[in-house]
Amino acid sequence: MDLSVINPILLFAALMSAATPILFAATGELIVERAGVLNLGVEGMMIVGAICGFAIAVETGSPIVGFLAAAAGGALLSLLFAFLTQITLANQVASGLALTLFGLGLSALLGQGYVGIKPPRLPDVNFGFLADIPLIGPIVFSHDPILYVGLILVAAVWATLKFTRAGLILRAVGENHDAAHALGYKVVRIRTLAIMFGGACAGMGGAYISLIRVPQWTEGMTAGVGWIALALVVFASWKPWRVLLGAYLFGGITQLQLNLQGAGVAIPVEYLAMSPYLITIVVLVILSADKSAAPGSLGRTFHASS
Amino acid sequence: MTPLLSLKDLTKAYPGVVANDNVSLEIAPGEVHSLLGENGAGKSTLVKMIYGLVKPDHGEMRMHGADYAPSEPRAARAAGVGMVFQHFSLFDALTVAENIALGMENAPRLSALSDQIRKVSDTYGLPLAPDRIVGDLSAGERQRVEIIRCLLQEPKLLIMDEPTSVLTPQEVDILFETLHKLSTDGTAILYISHKLEEIRTLCDSATILRLGKVVGTCVPKETTAREMAEMMVGKVLGTPTRAGVTPGDTVLELNSLSLPSPSAFGMPLRDISVKLRAGEVLGIGGVAGNGQDELLAALSGEMLAPPGTLKMKNVDIGKLGPNARRAIGLLAAPEERLGHAAAPDMSLTENAMLTGAAREGLENRGFLNWPAARGFAEKIIETFDVRTPGPGNAARSLSGGNLQKFVIGREVLQRPEILVVNQPTWGVDASAAAAIRQALLDLAEAGAAVIVISQDLDELMEISDRFAALNEGRLSDPRSTDGLTVEQIGLMMGGAHGMEVAHV
Repeated sequence: MDLSVINPILLFAALMSAATPILFAATGELIVERAGVLNLGVEGMMIVGAICGFAIAVETGSPIVGFLAAAAGGALLSLLFAFLTQITLANQVASGLALTLFGLGLSALLGQGYVGIKPPRLPDVNFGFLADIPLIGPIVFSHDPILYVGLILVAAVWATLKFTRAGLILRAVGENHDAAHALGYKVVRIRTLAIMFGGACAGMGGAYISLIRVPQWTEGMTAGVGWIALALVVFASWKPWRVLLGAYLFGGITQLQLNLQGAGVAIPVEYLAMSPYLITIVVLVILSADKSAAPGSLGRTFHASS
Repeated sequence: MTPLLSLKDLTKAYPGVVANDNVSLEIAPGEVHSLLGENGAGKSTLVKMIYGLVKPDHGEMRMHGADYAPSEPRAARAAGVGMVFQHFSLFDALTVAENIALGMENAPRLSALSDQIRKVSDTYGLPLAPDRIVGDLSAGERQRVEIIRCLLQEPKLLIMDEPTSVLTPQEVDILFETLHKLSTDGTAILYISHKLEEIRTLCDSATILRLGKVVGTCVPKETTAREMAEMMVGKVLGTPTRAGVTPGDTVLELNSLSLPSPSAFGMPLRDISVKLRAGEVLGIGGVAGNGQDELLAALSGEMLAPPGTLKMKNVDIGKLGPNARRAIGLLAAPEERLGHAAAPDMSLTENAMLTGAAREGLENRGFLNWPAARGFAEKIIETFDVRTPGPGNAARSLSGGNLQKFVIGREVLQRPEILVVNQPTWGVDASAAAAIRQALLDLAEAGAAVIVISQDLDELMEISDRFAALNEGRLSDPRSTDGLTVEQIGLMMGGAHGMEVAHV
């Protein structure tokens, strides 16, 4: 065992990148759940985003277009969920599970011709002299633009929910849809938009895996990240900054255990591999002691006449 | 003078029922107009049309002589119509200011809005802190949020749907002061209630609805409550009666019972002591949310009590669950009909089975006796005049009042020794309410002890022998209802909760 092979700077830099897919998916789901909808299809929307982004990036040669396509793909798939749960009033849990299964199958079909191809690379952002700051430079200022988009997204979601009227209306719809309806807000429309935003974010998160993290296309490559994102939203008590904390914690421990495996620590690999899931959930459970934070109408079907 | 709002031949039909049938009425500026009628008479549908929540099938509405057809509440608010809902349309997890901002078209920034809220609440004597979370407020305070939300838009017509059902008598007085001031300022008020004495004090004119039709108008100050009630139900009403019974031995004893509330926004029970004797009716009043649900849960066995605090006939029953308590004769009917007292999607037979299994012998070593359960359900339906096609219908398909009759009847017919009911006549029309009260009195006469928890003070005065009030989870000392005045009751209920009379 040789812990000196672990380079802390590389570890922290990799942590940010490992956390980004979860961060995107969880932030999107946070908006969906704050609007009162429980979409369990995050995993399916991520994998569809992953293949859409990958395919379009390969075809056009532009990773940025790929990411836009991933967002569109995720949003499009989420529209199916919106139709089922908001128009036909189907059960949200069942519809979400179906969406995940459908997404996994659809992505495998779409991705048949793309196995083993290398996608175009997205260059890192050039921060100039900032990147030369010791320690902070290589950790914070050495990444691709999408990672920073993720951070901006968290800040934007937080500010929108806290300071804007749109955010207030969104929270109101999630808190008590009957009261929101009585005040004349379009519950179904607002929820559909929230679901599409969640789908777009999940798609971006999926594409981050296939275009930047791995980068290649393999069937089922999201490997449960969507489920972790879902759990993260709950344990983060529906608060954006806690989602960021949880995502980084999860990303950090994932990287650390990979490094520990590489260093040959005398703990069975299986224990190391499960540690990110375990530790993230334990920490967030402790943080989420204030239980009343769940949106009041979460997961309940809204019907205007009742 | 042109009326502020005139309705002509408004009709709205739902599948199977005509909610409003050619309804016409007029409201002048500054007039306080009352809409009277039993549940299901079409009052709510009518105001929903005025507020743009429901579109009329035909008929016309005019505001200041011009056509008025709001397609949504937003349009109605823009035209100067404000509405305070019966079931508060508030968001528990948001602050007062955020709640008010949601009900406004062009809400200013929250800090500016908070100042406006303070100003209006000061003007109309409705104290309210803008940054408090609504979930922590009392019912009276929540109503102030709704009223202020309307007042900030300077409405020309304010619709109030059953505003006093959750207030103490003192709070009602203060609300009326506010409404008087508004009406003097020229705001018309459309006031829905079935508390007739209130209408007689407050309203200038009244329109009475029955089964969707206007059956009459009157000037409430010149009409007696009884006349109005008989116009509402269309028949002569009887008053519940009972022969005087001397109470027997103590059957139930609560001894310094304190329990935390199971829900986050609930009220803990604090040091409750009371003795209940056989053959008496104990009425428990108080504003909603002061521990009524918790007290019922503690008595029914949904919440277990610490040793020594709850005794039935000198036996400690604190550790017994609901079924064990039912078996020894302590029965309860909670307030929430759908989901608490009855399982909404199960049939009436199944619902009869659920609480009646033990006492009515509907099960045998774990096997269910469905024919007997159906017979029991049919007996309830017949005895309590429940209007339903048969016991196979789902509980959800019954109207609120009918289901209430079923739920109360189900417990009464199980020959309880002690019966605890919460809001037994809530949402039930006048004649059915009288029947339920009579059944409770008959039960007491036959020697059972009855606890009636209710927010309807008239009801409590009518049927109880002794009265006690719940306030912040504490129970006042019970007093005999003979000679008890409304003022005394109000004080027992905790007074006006920091309200003050409008001082402008």
